Amino acid sequence: MKISYQWLNEYIDLSGFTGAELAEKMTRGGIEIDEVESRNKGVTGVVVGYVKSREKHPDADKLNVCKVDVGTGEELQIVCGAKNVDAGQLVPVATVGAKLPGDLHIKRAKLRGVESQGMICSAKELGINDKLLPKEQQEGILVLPPHTVIGTPIEGVLGLNDEVLELDLTPNRSDCLSVIGTAYEIGALTGREVRIPEPAIAHASERTDSHVQVTISAPEQCFHYSARYIKGVKIGESPLWLQNRLIAAGIRPINNVVDVTNFVLLEYGQPLHAFDADQVKSGRIDVRLAHEGETMLTLDDQERRLEPHMLVITDGEKPIALAGVMGGANSEVTGDTVNILLESARFDGGTVRKTSRQFGLRSESSIRFEKEVDPGRVIPALNRAAALITELAGGLATEGIVEVTTAPAKQQVVEVALAKINRYLGTSLSSLEVQTIMNRLSFGYSVSEEDVFQVEVPSRRGDISYDVDLIEEVARLYGYDNIPTTPIFGDVTPGALTKPQAIRRELRKRLTDAGLHEVISYSFTGPERTQLFPALSGESTKAVKLSMPMSEERSVLRTTLIAQLLETAAYNRNRKNESAVIFEIGSVFHTEEEKLTRLPQEKHRFAALLTGNRVEPQWNRKAAAVDFYDAKGVLETVFAVLGITDKVSYAAAQPEHFHPGRTAAVQLETEHGTEVIGYVGQLHPTLQLESDLADTYVLEIELAPLYQLAGDEIVYKALPRYPAMQRDIAVVLDMGVPAGELTALAWQTAGELLESVRVFDVFTGEKLGAGKKSVALSLVYRHAERTLTDEEVTELHGKVVAGLEQSFAAELRK
Amino acid sequence: MKERLEALRGEALQELQQVDNPQVLNDLRVKYLGKKGALTEILRGMGGLSAEERPIIGQVGNDVRAAIEAVIEEKQAIFQQAETEARLRGETIDVTLPGKALPTGAVHPLNKVAQEIEDIFIGLGYTIAEGPEVETDYYNFEALNLPKNHPARDMQDSFYITDDILMRTQTSPVQVRTMQAMKGKPIKVICPGKVYRRDDDDATHSFQFNQIEGLVIAPNIRMSDLKGTLLQFAQQMFGSQTQIRLRPSFFPFTEPSAEVDVSCAQCGGHGCRMCKQTGWLEILGCGMVHPRVLEMGGYDPNEVSGFAFGMGVERIALLKYGIDDIRHFYTNDLRFLQQFARM
Repeated sequence: MKISYQWLNEYIDLSGFTGAELAEKMTRGGIEIDEVESRNKGVTGVVVGYVKSREKHPDADKLNVCKVDVGTGEELQIVCGAKNVDAGQLVPVATVGAKLPGDLHIKRAKLRGVESQGMICSAKELGINDKLLPKEQQEGILVLPPHTVIGTPIEGVLGLNDEVLELDLTPNRSDCLSVIGTAYEIGALTGREVRIPEPAIAHASERTDSHVQVTISAPEQCFHYSARYIKGVKIGESPLWLQNRLIAAGIRPINNVVDVTNFVLLEYGQPLHAFDADQVKSGRIDVRLAHEGETMLTLDDQERRLEPHMLVITDGEKPIALAGVMGGANSEVTGDTVNILLESARFDGGTVRKTSRQFGLRSESSIRFEKEVDPGRVIPALNRAAALITELAGGLATEGIVEVTTAPAKQQVVEVALAKINRYLGTSLSSLEVQTIMNRLSFGYSVSEEDVFQVEVPSRRGDISYDVDLIEEVARLYGYDNIPTTPIFGDVTPGALTKPQAIRRELRKRLTDAGLHEVISYSFTGPERTQLFPALSGESTKAVKLSMPMSEERSVLRTTLIAQLLETAAYNRNRKNESAVIFEIGSVFHTEEEKLTRLPQEKHRFAALLTGNRVEPQWNRKAAAVDFYDAKGVLETVFAVLGITDKVSYAAAQPEHFHPGRTAAVQLETEHGTEVIGYVGQLHPTLQLESDLADTYVLEIELAPLYQLAGDEIVYKALPRYPAMQRDIAVVLDMGVPAGELTALAWQTAGELLESVRVFDVFTGEKLGAGKKSVALSLVYRHAERTLTDEEVTELHGKVVAGLEQSFAAELRK
Repeated sequence: MKERLEALRGEALQELQQVDNPQVLNDLRVKYLGKKGALTEILRGMGGLSAEERPIIGQVGNDVRAAIEAVIEEKQAIFQQAETEARLRGETIDVTLPGKALPTGAVHPLNKVAQEIEDIFIGLGYTIAEGPEVETDYYNFEALNLPKNHPARDMQDSFYITDDILMRTQTSPVQVRTMQAMKGKPIKVICPGKVYRRDDDDATHSFQFNQIEGLVIAPNIRMSDLKGTLLQFAQQMFGSQTQIRLRPSFFPFTEPSAEVDVSCAQCGGHGCRMCKQTGWLEILGCGMVHPRVLEMGGYDPNEVSGFAFGMGVERIALLKYGIDDIRHFYTNDLRFLQQFARM
């Protein structure tokens, strides 16, 4: 909302406050002022002039030579290029020495040989937003109305000695969507008195109800409808003072009647509508919901197809206005209008909001109805408008108001105890201090002996219905700065992370310490990305779709993290960051339902992507490209940190979009048995190529099962007191036998005397024969309570060797 | 004999003085002190001496041997030192070549900031609550005193999935869930997480961002406690000289409500580019929990009161690090992320 400082000043004395000071005071009081803008964009030395004559320039077709009287007694000769300049006009004249916006200095000049002693100005040249002016005024010079006094400085004539405050209102303070409402707010902040003008209506002797009848057929959507009838108006331009007020607020002047309705809308915050009464059949008004399939032509010349939730004003048959949103073309006030039917009503905010949204028609009027208008201003605004119309457009208002009320406004009384105010704020205000604040707010009240306030809230403050609403009023007028600063009184509570939070933090720390970078990607993605990696994105579940996405590539919720990491890797590759070792911890979303009836599954996951080099080449170090075992190593580190290494195993797997020979399912032993919690592997070469990436390895696992299993307390194990014995073996066997099975067999066979087994070499070669490989194991044996004898170990180790030979047709290498 | 010994001493010492390499030194040692050396040669003649003379000459012989050995040792030490020095000179490396640094990754700057904020509140005795990113209209709006058609819903245009399910627009639904779970017991939590609002992405707007909200409910919680808490937070987060300023505002779930500014750490409140010359930076919204919200969460507003506050992690990270474009947080350029790899 834009409000003129000078207009406010008419209702409350603003002396002692510049626009900026007022803005600061209001902002600190809770009404944020975004901007204070001077209406004068740099105009000095421009006065009203009278064009006495206009002649063609002797040497230029498009120029005129005008003789202009600017009230100094001396006639000025001014060359003017505007088409619309003519003798007999009153115009703004920038005299020699004048300044115009854009740092333009007016000097004596010769135009094509003819001397020019100044410049006749257009609205634009005076820094006025010419979009708010009629078309003819936009194209040429600004022609001022008759009776404007010659020689008067233009700043006063056009209201440029003014500042405009731009209010950024919170939704609860729609009371400040009006000059009067804002004046009350300033009154509360400054303690000064608000003065509202008393409307004086020129009356005819006839009664209004002989011209207008009103019925409300939609009482849920229309709470109050009032009308006046004004006969014999003469439609014309509004006086400049009125136009200036509207322009300051960013509203385009149209004609005296429409301008008055807009003026009162700004003044009272009550939207009004003027019908051409002769187009309203037999003066009948019925407010009802639209019929299915009904249409109407609105003021903007659009044919609107109405729906049954929309509220319309009808003449008993057809719609003549879309209630609170826009008038109908069929009852529009035009230059020929003589009789006016003036509407002031209170419509349901939600109804207006829905209609205005649907048609994309948000107006000064709909904005106010949406936030609910003040029930106490429906009639005063109607009277004020009638008075102004009779004053400015002539005509007489008929006697009385025709009105129907379906939901009378009740006086809101809210009770609050002084003790509660102080207890709630931590203050020690006296009853008198609170009374002073109530007085400044112009709230009526009584106080009991126990200092309980019964406050009669004025209807303009529809936001106040709870005691805490009054406490806020007290707090903000007392000043938030004056409320003390205290520590919370009471028990000391221990703060802590939950276990999942602690786990995620630990992983973040360990992984970044190991050189991985954490990323956060968007939760929204394109549908094709949710089709990737079905083993992780859910084979039996679907992606969750947004109902109105901003774009196709951000239209569904991610079903995997690695699809997003691929996007990040590609983004970095395009910026020549070709090596990336990144991870993300976040949620993915799966649902079984086509259309959600309950919340989708949100799964916390951990994912990583490795591409390019793990080690960048340096003078003393060769480049090392990432490989499967780097990716697997990330997982092993994670499980080691969580202390669950012995619950995890890996099995070769061929999930879609992974390299079929370089991918493992990650298996976890839980109380429900062995569960696959994710995959680690190389990206399928086809997908790698499509993404334009080098060899890329990815992994993604569920975190929920780890939250359960991880984080047992560390229990110290006594250091060994007896020596260990190490035995190394190398066996030759079929290439297809996984090394994991050899170590598993060693554990099984050797039992608890085996302390560790480590694969220390794997190789293939011609010497071994085709399809064969050599695997070398190092086994360490130890007894906790005594020294093992050589014979014991030899026997045990022999069993392991025999087991390997039998189970895997392994040959011991000598 | 004594004379021969003294002469030998003189000759040996003189010769030793001239020695300039270890090989010659060794040769001289053999020549004078070796088994077939000159000294031994002379002392062989001791057999012909009288019993009185023998110890005297023996003593002289020992003195001569000791004197020669001392010089040899001294020379040896000098040669050894020279040799060591020469060897070490050969081992010289270029210490300006780069070393083998341990890898350094980085926690994402948003999580770095969020963890810092969390730690401050953990220190103040808060626990951390979390909730789903996809929420029902009830938890996201209605239970927070934002019934359907409430004008304040304009403030946060939402991504709906169905009429009743949407991406949460704030972390406040976690507060409601916490209230329901705590069943009337006192609460002191913060709720961090991702939230989503329909906004065209540009340098200062992102449709996805992170919030941290706090909620405290107990008997007799006052607005002055809220101010005290926020001041303590601001001073820990932005420096001990930081001041805060509350401006009345509106949130449907709090009453009274306030926007909170902190004094600009960059200029100390004198005004600079960062704070747009005002000396203050807006970083927080807060207020006293609305009685309707308490009721819907199962608390009696006559028995308890509470405060709530919320802040945007991106906003704080942008200010803290002087980042010029919010989109960097989500495009994850490694050159951006790498900058946060240090303390």
